[in-house]
Amino acid sequence: MSLTENHAPSKGHDDASHGSSHDLAHHFDNVEQQHDAGNLGMWMFLTTEVLFFGGLFAAYTIYRYKFEKVFEQASNILDPFLGGVNTIVLIFSSVTMAFAVRSAQQGKSKAIVAWLAATIVFGSMFLGIKYFEWKHDATLHVFPTADFNWTWAREKHAEHDHHESHEPEMRGLVFNSPKVPQSYIDKDSKNPEAKQARLFFFLYFMMTSLHAAHMVIGFGIMAVIMIYAWNGFYTANYYVPVESVGLYWHFVDLVWIFLYPLLYLLGAHLSAGH
Amino acid sequence: MSLHPPAKAWTYWANFLTLCVLTVVTWFTACQDLGVMSTPIALGIAVVKAALVALFFMHVWESTPLTKLVIFASLFILTVLLTFLFTDYMTRNYDVLPPVPAVSSRV
Repeated sequence: MSLTENHAPSKGHDDASHGSSHDLAHHFDNVEQQHDAGNLGMWMFLTTEVLFFGGLFAAYTIYRYKFEKVFEQASNILDPFLGGVNTIVLIFSSVTMAFAVRSAQQGKSKAIVAWLAATIVFGSMFLGIKYFEWKHDATLHVFPTADFNWTWAREKHAEHDHHESHEPEMRGLVFNSPKVPQSYIDKDSKNPEAKQARLFFFLYFMMTSLHAAHMVIGFGIMAVIMIYAWNGFYTANYYVPVESVGLYWHFVDLVWIFLYPLLYLLGAHLSAGH
Repeated sequence: MSLHPPAKAWTYWANFLTLCVLTVVTWFTACQDLGVMSTPIALGIAVVKAALVALFFMHVWESTPLTKLVIFASLFILTVLLTFLFTDYMTRNYDVLPPVPAVSSRV
């Protein structure tokens, strides 16, 4: 099959294209079939992602069912306001991504680059807020490592809630919070709820960091797409990669839409009376 | 002429505003003590938000029947996973049941 056959007249094939042969690969009948096949493939991948995160959601639900009270108290440690701000930041990055795909549908290459850049900026803002949350979590000793201390976390969190004054925030970029006194470690070892809270925070860090890892991977894919778009690789007839990264990014948004109420809002009402 | 006519720009902004409002609503309701209703309300709002993202940002609304089938299948498989896990965990969770009487009447 010769390259010229790729330019056989097909629906809407001639305009907005740069005349490059990649507009229609030879094994597709027309650009629509090509588009639908690529789109379907991306949705197949997202199906596996649904089950990937689904396992974690299942684990969360089972342990929350078992340890309902402690899960609410542990959730109360998290800041629902920051989580809400982050939700809106992430949704905004979904809007910019939707516009990137829209620009691709219109064959506007430079606009794709601009909208993807905006998506990366707002995605980074999300991760920045997340970083400060995690840093605060480190001062509370809720990372589910040997350093975890539920007694300390509850005490420091209550101080923070009531007096707006807590231990000085750590300086620098590293999570190196001061050691917990031995008396707290002894208290924790006698408290069965400490283990249940540890489980909540294990799920919290696992789910949010897996979510964040998806975002970082998304940045990488977007960077590649931006280079291709800058060079005019995509046309109004061939933009499946742009659309696929869009679907991926919106999926990451979808996961967060469920993580926010399950992790941050579960114990939000416990602070309501203050 | 393009492969798919792009959606009107305002639909994306309207969707964004709706999602923002729903985020504020879910935050506000979660800060109230609604008892057992708090989780159904929070998850209900999350499902509506997810549907808005999927239908309009992910273009499920105008996708092919085959794509819709794949989406349905993924949700169906997820439901199977969760349902069978929970029927097991929630019926065999002995440690939350009242203690078994010391003397059995079934002897």
